Amino acid sequence: MADSVWVAGLADADPATMAAPRHTAVVRVTHWITTLCFFALLVSGIEILISHPRFYWGETGNVLTPALFDLPIPASRSTVPTGYDFVLSDQNGWSRYLHFEAAWLVVLTGILYVVFGLSTRHFRKNLLPAAADLSWRSLSTAIANHLRFKRPDEAEAWSYNALQRLTYLVVIFVMFPLVIWTGLAMSPAIAAVIPAAVTVFGGQQSARTIHFLISMFLVLFLLIHIGMVWLAGFRNRLRPMITGRTDAERRRA
Amino acid sequence: MSNLSRRKLIATGLAAAAGASGLAVAARLADRYGLLPPDHGGIYGIGETLTYATQRLLTRHALAREFPRSLISKTPFVNGKPPQSKSFKLLEAGGFADWQLDIDGMVAQPASFSIDELRSFPSRSQITHLACEEGWSFIAEWTGVPLSHLLNKVRTLPEARYVVYFSIQGNWWDSVDMADALHPQTLVTYGMNGGTLPVGHGGPIRLRVPRQLGYKSVKYVTRLTITDNLKEFGKGLGSSAPEEGYSWYAGI
Repeated sequence: MADSVWVAGLADADPATMAAPRHTAVVRVTHWITTLCFFALLVSGIEILISHPRFYWGETGNVLTPALFDLPIPASRSTVPTGYDFVLSDQNGWSRYLHFEAAWLVVLTGILYVVFGLSTRHFRKNLLPAAADLSWRSLSTAIANHLRFKRPDEAEAWSYNALQRLTYLVVIFVMFPLVIWTGLAMSPAIAAVIPAAVTVFGGQQSARTIHFLISMFLVLFLLIHIGMVWLAGFRNRLRPMITGRTDAERRRA
Repeated sequence: MSNLSRRKLIATGLAAAAGASGLAVAARLADRYGLLPPDHGGIYGIGETLTYATQRLLTRHALAREFPRSLISKTPFVNGKPPQSKSFKLLEAGGFADWQLDIDGMVAQPASFSIDELRSFPSRSQITHLACEEGWSFIAEWTGVPLSHLLNKVRTLPEARYVVYFSIQGNWWDSVDMADALHPQTLVTYGMNGGTLPVGHGGPIRLRVPRQLGYKSVKYVTRLTITDNLKEFGKGLGSSAPEEGYSWYAGI
């Protein structure tokens, strides 16, 4: 039933837009490499985190200093007071290897994506919201539609609305750079070369805390992202990110 | 099989071969310029090599941050227990007067130094960060003789590439490349926060490598060996850390 709606909509869509794939090959490949790396970074990050699930502000912090906050979870080190009478197994070795390998891959992928996005005007065309859509009125309508779980109209299957555009821009140009930066700021060698990369956050423990908070933001983004794809029609949104084309197009071809 | 898919297959094969030989050439070059870590094998080897090579190129001469006295941690956390062996307890009972630091390997004049002799050499004090890979940290003032001074004293041969260091504790040993070994902040440390280095923090002798994470700063060091080949030690991975799954290079 939902399919028939989409097909009807496509009949009205601009044929010129439809000649090009919904997502270009570079967008699709970098999207899935990033997805793979994100899961590797998340799993290994959680493993590293549980060896010391306490967070501090400033340059230093350890179990003898007050925590900014701590997580109510067991730890993989007996030296951390958690309130649990058991200690999880230490998985930091491979987790650290995997974390940095995945970080390299996602950073190189990100550079490729940004260079491509700038040279093909991908950001300008697909992610920069139109000035008209940024008015308080149209933004509040968009937010209200989201809150009512209103399904997007057909044209939106071919483009992003202002809220999507803003969210993707924040994730790509604010959150990813910040999470990479705070990760590097924890490195004693990088701190030696670029001390300002650390001091701008107020210290290495602050950088670690921000690194964790941004990671949680990115996990929240991922959950909402998947939820929205689900609501908007899972198959019809997932297929273009894999093959470049929608279900309806495939059937017509 | 159609022509097109055969062509694709050949192209893919050629690309794979080019990629593999490209990697091999890159690995050769990296090794030649000292940018290949001893634990470069396996699935994590590429990431590890990228990290080590990049950081080595960026940080060869960079100095670890030093802090004002006001930032010295009031509660420097002691991680782990001191050695429980009888020999260590005996040395401790004697105020470590009989502790010896042996230096051998690719040197013209192997030597052995007592703590008092080490104290008589030019010393350096620095207030630096000690961060554990687990996530906690503290700042302390560390006093010792720069490792470079000892390496000059024993007349290290020019072919030397690594300094391997051994702890009296269990099977702990590690190594650093010459960039870290000759770095002015790499200290054979015997003092902390104005006093002698407490046993909990690695006293009487701890090798402090402040541009790497805490586990490279091995406690209770008794022997330094200078070498050009890490394959001769343990499983050939450069330290006991990779044998337990941790990376040899700990600059991040």
